Amino acid sequence: MAGPRYIADPPGAVSSVELEGLTALYHARSGTTHILAPPAPQILAALADGPADAAEIAARLARGFELAAEDAAAAIAARLAELEAAGLVHRA
Amino acid sequence: MKHRFDLRVGPVGFRIGSAWPDPVEALRRLYAGYPASDGVCDFTVRLEPEKPWRQRLRPSVAIRGDYMLPDAAPLALAHGLLAAEMGMNLQMALGQRRFLLLHAAAVEREGKAVLLTGHSGAGKSTLAALLGERGWRFMGDEFALLDPETGRLHPFPRAVSLKNESLAVFGQVDAGRLGPVMEGTPKGTIRHLRPPADAVARMLEPAEPALILFPRFGRDSPCETRSVGAAEVFVRLTQASTNYVALGRRGFDALTRLVASVPARALDYPGSEEAVRLVERIWAG
Repeated sequence: MAGPRYIADPPGAVSSVELEGLTALYHARSGTTHILAPPAPQILAALADGPADAAEIAARLARGFELAAEDAAAAIAARLAELEAAGLVHRA
Repeated sequence: MKHRFDLRVGPVGFRIGSAWPDPVEALRRLYAGYPASDGVCDFTVRLEPEKPWRQRLRPSVAIRGDYMLPDAAPLALAHGLLAAEMGMNLQMALGQRRFLLLHAAAVEREGKAVLLTGHSGAGKSTLAALLGERGWRFMGDEFALLDPETGRLHPFPRAVSLKNESLAVFGQVDAGRLGPVMEGTPKGTIRHLRPPADAVARMLEPAEPALILFPRFGRDSPCETRSVGAAEVFVRLTQASTNYVALGRRGFDALTRLVASVPARALDYPGSEEAVRLVERIWAG
């Protein structure tokens, strides 16, 4: 069963800077700064290609990273829930 | 107000008004040699009786100004100088928008600045003031002003607030540079120290940030330093800034640029002399 589909804010609505493996991200609409650990920044980058659910994001990420396919979607779904709680992704 | 003193500290102009002459006289002596705010005043501080009848009867100084904290406790008139200093800090902390304000001390050598930041009691004031007596230019012990446009640090060389045991470290300085000893203040015994003349003369001269240090004083501390990861430095500096959130993206850009380009080290030390040696050793690379 497909999970919820998410969208991220458009480029320009956030600024991000990598700081030795972690990512500092400024979310302009809320004025909030977040520190993100992998794979959260990669998930946000994957959502730049359009709305997706966890399985689709896993597929997008698999193009650039080696993922253990069966676990990846579940792990990404958990990170998406956290990103949604932080206001960085929204239901499409 | 009846008694007034205009003062420029680095790029910031203050106008301090007082219902009593004593705090203004003490400020005049402490800040001898500082320029007046030449008519341009960024912030106003007012020292007023907490209630009208408290001007003469057990005088009680309320700190007021452009920006106020509703629950700020009044101080005794004998601590009027401290009230003025706290008032200036408060205006900066609540009202400064031109610079990213970091709760940090700073010193400079050859155009490059060392930022010293840490919790209250970590020893940054004492260490910066001591370095200021040992060949570094003292840039400030309370706030470092990061210019979001240029990435440079501007001095804010206010008088150093020496607390309790750190008073003894400065026993050798010219007594004319020291303010009155204020005992029993909310921060313990306090005595202010006017920064060296070159710190005042060069108060408009910014410097390029080159090193961030997190000093931590502990009587039983080993004398050691270690590097601090960029993300941790970033988070600690957002916590050390009073106006990071207010500056929005300007603050984020300024701080990430600083953190990404400047190395940082934590520094544990058991005494001021050891700390000075550690700073010199880190600086020498």
